Amino acid sequence: MKFQKIPAIKSSEITEQSIFENRRQLIKLAMVSTVGLLVPTPSMAKIYSKIPSGKQSVNLETTDFKDVSNYTNYYEFTTNKQDATHLAKNLKTDPWSVTVEGEVEKKGTFFLEDILKNNALEERIYRFRCVEAWSMVVPWIGFSLADFIKQFKPTSKAKFVEFTTLYDPEIMIGQKTKVLDWPYVEALRMDEAMNPLTFMATGMYDDALPNQNGAPLRLIVPWKYGFKSIKAIVKIRFTEKMPVTAWNKMAKKEYGFFANVNPEVSHPRWSQKRERILGASIFTPKRTTEMFNGYGEQVAGLYSNMDLKTFY
Amino acid sequence: MRRVFWQGLKILVFIISLVPVSLLLYDAFTDQLGANPIETLHFRLGDWALRFLCLGLAITPIKKMTGIKELVRFKRLLGLYAFFYASLHFLVYICLDLSFSMDQLMDEIPKSPYIIVGLITYSLLIPLALTSTKKMQKRLGQKWRRLHRLVYLIAILAVVHYLWLTKIDITEPLIYMGVIGVLLGFRMIKFRGLQ
Repeated sequence: MKFQKIPAIKSSEITEQSIFENRRQLIKLAMVSTVGLLVPTPSMAKIYSKIPSGKQSVNLETTDFKDVSNYTNYYEFTTNKQDATHLAKNLKTDPWSVTVEGEVEKKGTFFLEDILKNNALEERIYRFRCVEAWSMVVPWIGFSLADFIKQFKPTSKAKFVEFTTLYDPEIMIGQKTKVLDWPYVEALRMDEAMNPLTFMATGMYDDALPNQNGAPLRLIVPWKYGFKSIKAIVKIRFTEKMPVTAWNKMAKKEYGFFANVNPEVSHPRWSQKRERILGASIFTPKRTTEMFNGYGEQVAGLYSNMDLKTFY
Repeated sequence: MRRVFWQGLKILVFIISLVPVSLLLYDAFTDQLGANPIETLHFRLGDWALRFLCLGLAITPIKKMTGIKELVRFKRLLGLYAFFYASLHFLVYICLDLSFSMDQLMDEIPKSPYIIVGLITYSLLIPLALTSTKKMQKRLGQKWRRLHRLVYLIAILAVVHYLWLTKIDITEPLIYMGVIGVLLGFRMIKFRGLQ
């Protein structure tokens, strides 16, 4: 067997360290200046006004924006729900790109800007139920995951779709601690991903997503516990085998792969029968949790021959 | 003069100890308890119960180390404040979190052993609070000392309660465990020394 000799790299070819370290800024600068010459870029806020309401939207009273945006589980920054708000401000969400790989015809890395051009935005008011037994109602803005996935032409081998959050411990300082095995990974079975309810959000409350709520791109699966709805997605991979997901890996008995909202299956350490409504007065009793978070009509069929006590 | 100083200090500590509950009330009336106000009330009251318990337990070791005998006066005060904050913590759970629903309690208890630990911890505090007067201390004599050693068990149970309910980041309960461990360790050495 022959080995090809690797030629030594000439010192003139080596990129200066400072340039290498600032490559993202340089690329961004180059992009911004080029685009700036051609067309004035519309501000992000503009694209989030007058969004039509989607078919899947439920007519519910929404939770106050201040409650939704100041009570987030974003362990990439901190395990404190309030502190995530200011810590997440350090995250740069523009430019942003998403890599698509695995069992799919159209692999590649795509700029979020282009993704937004190809996917018409709509608003969907959904219930959101956290595994910690609290809930809220959020007017998300984004596009259907099914429509998005079709653009990449998954092959017949694609049985699951896996999502990965950005890994950048310098900014996402929570990633310096080992609370979870970073980066955060979540996944759906293909039929779950293709369900019309499954949504990719880039905005909420008529504006772009605040960083702490998962900007610039997050998943929303309203019939599953909130931890399935992964934030700040940088990679989407189509696989044949069931992916290993972050919380499931951390504590298998506490957080299942499916994680469907189910009042009959308790978390090992607390009941899931009821939920605290965020923003409600202190005298409001808990709400009774609904099977599939109230979305049974649309999704129960996905699990018709599965024992949900085993596949929680 | 000395007497006046210690009396004054005691009143000061009494007032300062009311600051946490005043701040909570202030936050409650100005809508600053956040998205989940019951949880905020519940957790902050629990934290303060544990902190006062630690402070109360720290008195004797500090007294031994510094030789300031007057510190003993603060033991009952701090202990009763631990009971005060634990009572509020308990009441928030029963009245606000459960909305007095027995059904809900019955759903939660078998799933959440830390609730049972919390309830046991609180019920153990009650006899200590009831027998905290000088009169009771005299009446019970040696029994009083033995009864009040329960506080060590209470401290351990309180930390177990906290540790058990924590979802994943157990840094804070571990800090309390460390503090209580050191304070208990100090007492153990003292008991040994007496033998």
